[in-house]
Amino acid sequence: MSSRTPSFFDEMRAPDGSVRPAYQQLAHWLDTVPKDVLDYRRKEAEFIFRRIGITFAVYGDAASTERLIPFDIIPRILNRGEWQKLSRGLEQRVKALNAYLHDAYNKREILRAGIVPEELIFGNPVFRPEMNGQQVPHNIYVMIAGIDVVRVDPDNFYVLEDNARVPSGVSYMLENREIMLRLFPELFIDHPVAPVENYADDLLATLKSVAPLTSSGDPTVVLMTPGIYNSAYYEHSFLADKLGCELVEGRDMFVKGDMLYMRTTEGPKRVDVIYRRVDDDFIDPLVFRPDSMLGVPGLMSVYQAGNVTLANAVGTGIADDKAVYSYMPDIIKFYLGEEPILKNVETYRCREPDQLKYVLENIDKLVVKEVHGSGGYGMLIGPAADKKTIEAFAAKVKAAPDGFIAQPTLALSTCPTFVEEGIAPRHVDLRPFVLTGRDKVRIVPGGLTRVALSKGSLVVNSSQGGGTKDTWVLDR
Amino acid sequence: MRIRIAHETVYRYDTPATRAIQILRLTPRNHDGQYVVRWRVEVSEDCRVEPREDSFGNLTHTFTVDGPISELSVRVAGEIETQDTHGIVRGTREKFPASFYLRQTDLTTPDKAIADWANEISDGGRRGALDTLHAMQSHIYSNFKFDVEATAPSTTAQQAFANQHGVCQDYAHIFCSAARYLKIPARYVGGYFLRGDGVVHTESGHAWTEAFLPDLGWIAFDPANGICATEAHVRVATGLDYLGAAPVRGTRYGGLGEAMDVKVSVDQASRQSQQ
Repeated sequence: MSSRTPSFFDEMRAPDGSVRPAYQQLAHWLDTVPKDVLDYRRKEAEFIFRRIGITFAVYGDAASTERLIPFDIIPRILNRGEWQKLSRGLEQRVKALNAYLHDAYNKREILRAGIVPEELIFGNPVFRPEMNGQQVPHNIYVMIAGIDVVRVDPDNFYVLEDNARVPSGVSYMLENREIMLRLFPELFIDHPVAPVENYADDLLATLKSVAPLTSSGDPTVVLMTPGIYNSAYYEHSFLADKLGCELVEGRDMFVKGDMLYMRTTEGPKRVDVIYRRVDDDFIDPLVFRPDSMLGVPGLMSVYQAGNVTLANAVGTGIADDKAVYSYMPDIIKFYLGEEPILKNVETYRCREPDQLKYVLENIDKLVVKEVHGSGGYGMLIGPAADKKTIEAFAAKVKAAPDGFIAQPTLALSTCPTFVEEGIAPRHVDLRPFVLTGRDKVRIVPGGLTRVALSKGSLVVNSSQGGGTKDTWVLDR
Repeated sequence: MRIRIAHETVYRYDTPATRAIQILRLTPRNHDGQYVVRWRVEVSEDCRVEPREDSFGNLTHTFTVDGPISELSVRVAGEIETQDTHGIVRGTREKFPASFYLRQTDLTTPDKAIADWANEISDGGRRGALDTLHAMQSHIYSNFKFDVEATAPSTTAQQAFANQHGVCQDYAHIFCSAARYLKIPARYVGGYFLRGDGVVHTESGHAWTEAFLPDLGWIAFDPANGICATEAHVRVATGLDYLGAAPVRGTRYGGLGEAMDVKVSVDQASRQSQQ
């Protein structure tokens, strides 16, 4: 970006070049370790990733169906104070998401209070009428959330996006830590890094806690995948293995008399909780897309009877699209009566005529996003785009303004990253994973840090050439 | 008027199916001008039939059957007392505000052709809504070719509109598509129709629409017959489109060579039954 100035907040170094306290030891280590050692370790990391086969598929890229996400060997560090504030904010945010979902599918008090417009719920393509008035076990809709946050200064975290459907990426968080422990055991002696390895235990405890009241004793949890052609299949099998639960596809299960069963070698076994990584549209051909082969016919009937828990619930998309995002501060205040701990990026709703006018007039300075887009697709970064691209995008926005929002470009923080030119600052974001159970909210310290590897780039999505880093929360 | 209805669907398999599951939307409810005198749901196989209300307020029955199944029949039958309400629909179970029914679905999303047609009929919005809806209904009735061979349940409003043919279901999709495009809430209705020509036995139920006007409420339009609903219409299920109101959504495991046989009879109860 041409407008790049020294004003970016670097997480390791203060503007005067001094090293921030959390990074003291790492900075010293980076200064003393020979570059060829780093190079060698990086190659080793890549070799391990290739051997374990951790890959992802890029949609819309026919040439390569599977790709390795680049891993950066320099960890990103947060101190305990920073993490405590962030995790309080995350818990608050997810509580509000759950309250909003319960309300939107039941009494809709928020409409009566005039906080959000009716179209935001009823006009939303991912609103599921089938969930209207439907009770979900323990009133929890989002058991697993991935909240994308960024920093712009030492004090503030901004939420960039809530992911309340089927957030992925947690396997990278776990793998990154495992590799760092193998490659740099010495660093873990100097740094009291909070563990993330208990994520699978936390997830299993969360899933079991939300089992239906009708389930007996120890609930049976399964992980449901669309199958090997899904871009996150690696993660599905990885997580099922860590959870110690069955990895199932729709065809491995069936419905009988309002109960859900999976086929096993010892006969049918009742299923209580499905951690499903299959989109709403495909989970039950008798209720949603009739041509879907990925789901279980009758699954929604079992759900309606209260005999199975789906994690996440059906219809959570209305809480995480980019249109509802702009209302999140009000949603938090409405349901919790609290001020939001995490900030929201200022957002212009193109559905509103005066805001649309502003967006079109300032489109070269803004980031414009499709309301239902994800993975960095269907988005325009005004300052980085040429005139022709901007004009084409503006025409798209004008044709269907409801489908777009715009935000100022954020000065994402940078972290030291090992790239071709040596160690240089690169922009990062963070996706922590928030688990909501009947008993409590669990968040393993850290999350998945994504890093934009090209100089000046602000797009961290793996599908757009981003990489990942291990994220350390220091226990001090 | 008292209407007697029997609707039987028989599935036969050359190779028996190992399991079957179905969700039925085949049970009418009471509302102004419609009273269910008696109604039965019968499944040929031994199974538990779970009654439930869906999110649109329709009564559903869900059942699963263990195989081997070489033949399965589902029969609903009963008598309904109806009165003419001039198409005005009142006393129904409403789960959503009317504005919810502005949602288009995969089956109703309009293309330019439908949008142009809607604009033309509404005279660019200058014509009153009620008048526009009547004109849409007559236009479909007069200009579209009724053809049971031409379309399937998965046919979209766009496809049926482009070819100007279809069955009552396609007409209802086109009507909903255009009405919603004009910001008039509209929904799909599945049910039965007592024909005026004396034909009692057919191979399917009927489908029409309801549109919402703030001062009148829901009004039933039947583009396939070119009239607003009368005492000859028995309303069973509503939804955003056919899929939401489908009489049967089901599947089977195994079972090759399925043959399905549907018999619907709709008659005045006072007439001598022919069954």
